[in-house]
Amino acid sequence: MKLDLRTEDMKAANAKKLYVAGEIDAYTAPQLKEALSQLTSRDQGITVVDLEGVDYIDSTGLGIFVGALKDTHSHEGQFKIVSLNSRVKRLFSITGLDEVMDIDEKEGANQ
Amino acid sequence: MDTYETLQQSYKEILFSFLQKKNEQSLYDAQQFSKKVLEEKVSPEEIVSIHLEVIQELYPDIPPETQESFEFLLEVMIGYGMAYREHQILRNRQKELENEIDVAANMQHTLLPSEIPDVEELDIGVITVPASKMSGDYYHVIKDANGLIGVAIADIIGKGIPAALCMSMIKYAMDSMPNSILQPGELLESLNRTIEQNIASHMFVTMMYGSYDPKSHIFYYGGAGHEPGFYYSEQQDRFEELYAKGLALGISKEAKYREFSREMSEGDFVVLLSDGVTECRTEERFIEREEITALIRKYKHLSTQKIVDNVYRDLERWQEFQLRDDFTLIIVRRKFKENK
Repeated sequence: MKLDLRTEDMKAANAKKLYVAGEIDAYTAPQLKEALSQLTSRDQGITVVDLEGVDYIDSTGLGIFVGALKDTHSHEGQFKIVSLNSRVKRLFSITGLDEVMDIDEKEGANQ
Repeated sequence: MDTYETLQQSYKEILFSFLQKKNEQSLYDAQQFSKKVLEEKVSPEEIVSIHLEVIQELYPDIPPETQESFEFLLEVMIGYGMAYREHQILRNRQKELENEIDVAANMQHTLLPSEIPDVEELDIGVITVPASKMSGDYYHVIKDANGLIGVAIADIIGKGIPAALCMSMIKYAMDSMPNSILQPGELLESLNRTIEQNIASHMFVTMMYGSYDPKSHIFYYGGAGHEPGFYYSEQQDRFEELYAKGLALGISKEAKYREFSREMSEGDFVVLLSDGVTECRTEERFIEREEITALIRKYKHLSTQKIVDNVYRDLERWQEFQLRDDFTLIIVRRKFKENK
C-alpha cells in the first residue's frame, strides 16, 4: 500500500502544506518521514500537515509526527496538523501529543 | 555425495527406460532424480551436459545439428546456473538472519517477568502475545519490601528490533529504581528523563503505572500517553474508563505526571491493556471498547488469568487469527474475603 503525498506552497512566506491520504502504518511511515523531513528541516519554516485523507494511523505513524515536531523545533520553525478525523484525533489526544503539538481538527475539513 | 559418473549413469537409465516404455514410473523416477540433484546442488547447465552425453551414447547417429543445439542450450543455461547459486547463498543468509532474530526474541522474552508475584489480596492475570517475533509491549509486576504491588504496562512505538532494544532500556531503568515502590507520578517522571535522553527522535513509549496498597486498598495510578484501561466496580456492576492523561514518555524532558487514586472494594478490578487490544479489527471494522468490556463481563466469574486468556481467544477468532499489533491484557482484582 502506498501513501498519497502532495506538497503545496501556502500564502504565508516560507509556509508549505503537506496533504496526506492513505493509511499511515509501519509500511508507509518511511515515505511520510522522507516527505516531512524535507519540510521540517527548513530554517524557520512553517509546516502544515493536512490529514483529511487519513483514516488510520498506527503508533509508528505517530512517531513520525513526533520526530517532525522535534526537527521543527531544532530549526526554529512551526508545525501544525489539521483536518483530523475523530479516530485519528483520539490517538493524538490519548498520547498527550495534542498538548505539545498545534492541532486543529477542523481547518479546511469536512469532519 | 554421488559422483558425476553415478549421476550420469542413473540419468541414463531413467531416460532410456522412458524412451523405451514411456510409462508413469519413469516420469516418477525423473521427479525423484530432480529432487536429488537439487539437494546435491547440481547446476542446470550440468544437467544439460549430462543429457547431451547420455543422448550421444544412446543414439550415436543423431544429426550434428541436434547435438550442437544442446551445446547451444548449455550456454543459455549458464546464466540460470549463476542465478540458482545466488539464490542458494541468499537462502542460507536468510536462515542465519532468522536464527539471529530467534535468539534476540528469546532474549527479549527474558526481560518480561517469568512469574507473577503471589499476593494474598490480589488476583492478577496477564496475557501478552507479540504480533511477530519481537514485541513492542512490556509489562512488569513487582512486590516491594513494604508489601506494595506495582503494575506497569508499556507500549514502545514501532515494532521489531528497535522496539526490543528500547524495551531493555525500560526494563533496566525500572530495575534500578529504589527498592521501595515510587508513587506513579514520580516514577513516570524519572523514567521519562531516562528515555528522553536515550531514544531516537521518532520513537516514544506509552505507559500506565499503578501501585496497590494492600493495607488501605487504594490503587494509585498515573499515565503517560497510554491507552486508557477500565475500572470495574463490583457493587455497581459497571465499567468505567480508567484514564490518566499525560504525555507519552521520551517526548519532552519537562513533562509532569499527575497521580490518581481509587479505593478498591472487594471484587473490584482494574483492566490495563495495550493498543493491540483496542486496535483489533475484523475485515470490515475496528472492535469497539464496549465490545471488550462486554467480553470481560462475559467471563468475569472466572479467575483473572482465565478471563484474559478467554478474551484473547475470542478476539483472535474475531479477527481470523491475524494479530496486527502486539497484544497485552492485564487484570488486577481485589479478592473477596474467604468467608464470602
